[in-house]
Amino acid sequence: MTMRQRIELTVNGRIRSVEVAPHHTLLDVLRDDLGLTGTKECCLVGECGACTVLVDDLAVDSCLMLGVEADGASVTTVEGLATGDKLHPLQEAFLETGAAQCGFCIPGQLLAAAALLANDPHPTRAAVEEGLAGNLCRCAGYEQIIEAVVVAARAGASES
Amino acid sequence: MTDPCVGMSPRRVGGRDRVTGRQAYVADIHLDDVLHAKLVSLDCARARIITVDTSAALAVPGVRLVMTAADLPQPVPRFGPQFQDRPVLAAGETHYHGEPLAAIAAETKDAAEEATRLVRIEYEELPAVFTIAGALDPMAPLVQDPALRPGDRLARSNVLREHHYGWGDVDAASADVVVEGTYAFPMVTQFAIEPHGFIAAPDSDGIAVWSSIQHPNWLQRVIASLLHLPLAKVRIFAPDPGGGFGGKQHAKYEPLVAFMALRAGRPVRLVLTLEETFQAVRRGASEIHVRSGFRSDGGLVFRDIEANYLIGAYADIADRTVAKGSYTSNGPYRVPAVRIVARSILSHTTPSTAFRGFGNPQQIWAVESNMDEAARALGIDPLALRLQNLAHPGEAFIPGDTPADGDWARTVERAAELIGWGNPPAPGRGRGLAVGLKSGPTTGLSNSIVRLLADGSVIVYAGTSDMGQGARTIFAQIAADELGAPLDWVTVVMGDTAVVPYDQQTSASRSSVFMGNSILLACRDIQAKIRAMAARLEPVDEAAVVVERGEVRIGGRVTPIRDVLVRGLGRLGGELIGIGEMRKEAEPEHPLGGTAAFFEFNCTAVEVEVDRETGDVVVARHVTVSDVGKAMNPIQVRGQDEGAAIMGLGHTLMEHIIHDEAGRIRNLGAIDYRIPTSLDLPLRMESDFVENADGPGPYGAKGMSEGALLCVAPAVAAAVHDATGVRIRDLPLSPERVWRALHDAAESPDAGAPEAIDAR
Repeated sequence: MTMRQRIELTVNGRIRSVEVAPHHTLLDVLRDDLGLTGTKECCLVGECGACTVLVDDLAVDSCLMLGVEADGASVTTVEGLATGDKLHPLQEAFLETGAAQCGFCIPGQLLAAAALLANDPHPTRAAVEEGLAGNLCRCAGYEQIIEAVVVAARAGASES
Repeated sequence: MTDPCVGMSPRRVGGRDRVTGRQAYVADIHLDDVLHAKLVSLDCARARIITVDTSAALAVPGVRLVMTAADLPQPVPRFGPQFQDRPVLAAGETHYHGEPLAAIAAETKDAAEEATRLVRIEYEELPAVFTIAGALDPMAPLVQDPALRPGDRLARSNVLREHHYGWGDVDAASADVVVEGTYAFPMVTQFAIEPHGFIAAPDSDGIAVWSSIQHPNWLQRVIASLLHLPLAKVRIFAPDPGGGFGGKQHAKYEPLVAFMALRAGRPVRLVLTLEETFQAVRRGASEIHVRSGFRSDGGLVFRDIEANYLIGAYADIADRTVAKGSYTSNGPYRVPAVRIVARSILSHTTPSTAFRGFGNPQQIWAVESNMDEAARALGIDPLALRLQNLAHPGEAFIPGDTPADGDWARTVERAAELIGWGNPPAPGRGRGLAVGLKSGPTTGLSNSIVRLLADGSVIVYAGTSDMGQGARTIFAQIAADELGAPLDWVTVVMGDTAVVPYDQQTSASRSSVFMGNSILLACRDIQAKIRAMAARLEPVDEAAVVVERGEVRIGGRVTPIRDVLVRGLGRLGGELIGIGEMRKEAEPEHPLGGTAAFFEFNCTAVEVEVDRETGDVVVARHVTVSDVGKAMNPIQVRGQDEGAAIMGLGHTLMEHIIHDEAGRIRNLGAIDYRIPTSLDLPLRMESDFVENADGPGPYGAKGMSEGALLCVAPAVAAAVHDATGVRIRDLPLSPERVWRALHDAAESPDAGAPEAIDAR
């Protein structure tokens, strides 16, 4: 068996210390070691975006990053978006526009959108299309997702 | 009454869990003591298995089980929704690239993964067929052992079934103009973002199975039959699928995982990789020859259709998609003579199965492209040609089936109006329009239970799978209105066969109609009890009490149901229970075993720009209009229509599974198989719907979740023709294909002309 390596990272504001296999991805660590199953697994080659999380505020396909590389990092997953019972404005907007259909891609879409709005608080539609281009939705609720991001931007999502 | 909920767009019931990450899909479910399974397959289309040596795999620390066909009951059990032809594991021979012949169960995913590489398989690669021509070649190897098809006159060919439909005398029909062509539709895959997941666990004297399945009750029957267990000892948990699109209708690897769990005496979970889902499900490819005869004034005289569908190595539900898709292939038109022949052709490829549209998009691609070619040949506007031939409401356009159940011309006119059909498109753009018709369910049975609790809150039990279409929300809306409860006082329980009553299936856009009606009836059952209660409390004769949409009316006095309930239940409290059943019986004499419960009808009109340098097609405008009867939740209707439209753009512009010369899939996975992203959307999407309350569902609703996908491809191809003068009869309209067609046309100017126009 491979030697496991201890890493310390902040996940959704909480410091976590965990022993990880060196070949395991951040996605494996989140889902299997930390039990945070909100982050989804699909293509495992960085094409679908279902596993998108924020690592030090950057949107990252967690299937493409090794767990050990996240040592010392601050990670935000979908479970960390809401504050207690209060949903993040993006979450509210996704519900309001009907953007979440089957829901499987939604955690990744939300985090990609959060990263987008952090850089560009009032994006154009084209900028939203570009910013979410790495997140596939087979329900193809793209119109509703884009609308949600625009609505959230208007509601000042980047300030929350 | 209080503000109605049906017809409004409240937030999705279950939506909050979807945006917080709390929604648990199968892969998110953790069972203690679980073993992780991985499949073992060969990197070739077809092989004779000589020996399987599992010793090295078993020696990997943590490996608990290496299952091969030899570990199963003999002969290896087979299953399938139409034919019992799919083995639990391949025995003796593999029949398609990726067919599992062994499976590992280990304490960790890593150990299982490592062991898959250590199963030593001695095999001989055998000749395989993976095209229609190859499979129909008289010398072709047989995909299925004729012994599997006793008494079948076609058993010594690769044709699984041949279907014949029609009316009138095509050969005797006399047409002024005949337009014909052959239209090809590629293999495409469902690509639900949630890869299929399965867990099985021994459960006292039975078994529990978790699956991302659309039809939990059907799966329950399959497992019970394979394991020789009574239904009551097979408990299926069906968490909301993360997208289904038809690919999750029927059992795939649940039987394997069930056998493994029983053998290991522990829970076993198998979550497929995306690559494995490509090798598990796809849509049937097709080549369809259409010959249509017209009078010179545009009236259709006959239609002659020969459709070949390439299905996979096992039938799954593919032959039914062929039967159902081809049965309505004449479309929504009035035609005196129609002849349809359709074949399901087996091949050494991934078993094809249901996929949104269920065999119809292939036919509609062919027939609507043919209609566009006919319009050009006749010198008639394509919109006018459709309107001229469209069946009127109530017209028996398919003899012996449900008459036209919508004012379809209104849908077409609305689409034409939205795209501005009468005005020329912007310079450099081309415009195209097409219609799509699909027969809804032909049989159905949906049971439901509704409980009105002592405080007026409601629990609905429905066996539908909410895979994104929003069934849970619709059911809650119905119950809320009928029983006078606020929407957030309604809970909908789904996905557990030990708790929820029987539902035949979640497919064919049926659930709003079938389960919707069932729930409506269950609510009416409760309303009848409220009525008796109110009469007793008053006291008045029951005939003097009306209970409707959440309210009790006696004379001029209106009381909320809840007030009557609380008084009527009295000090013991308790609840009222309503039972609903919606049933559509089979009709054995009907070619499909039953008439259409309703038709889905859509009209799509698009405007495209074609880049002559690259062949890239940009959809500048996409208008989609569906006849939905009643939009019970307009935001969800829009989500389904626009999502279906964009999914349709996938097979129209980019998607196709590519095989190499040995029958292996070359574009396995998300890097090489492209589906639409946010950068592939039409520059402008406009969706609308027609509501005439003429459907058989609650409040006049019809099913609607597939309609907007049906005719995207022919609309886009017609627009490409309009923009460039080049006719393309193969999908997808990829840049390479379009570029080549443009170049071929430039070299031989006739290439863009219709293939065969006989003026008789």
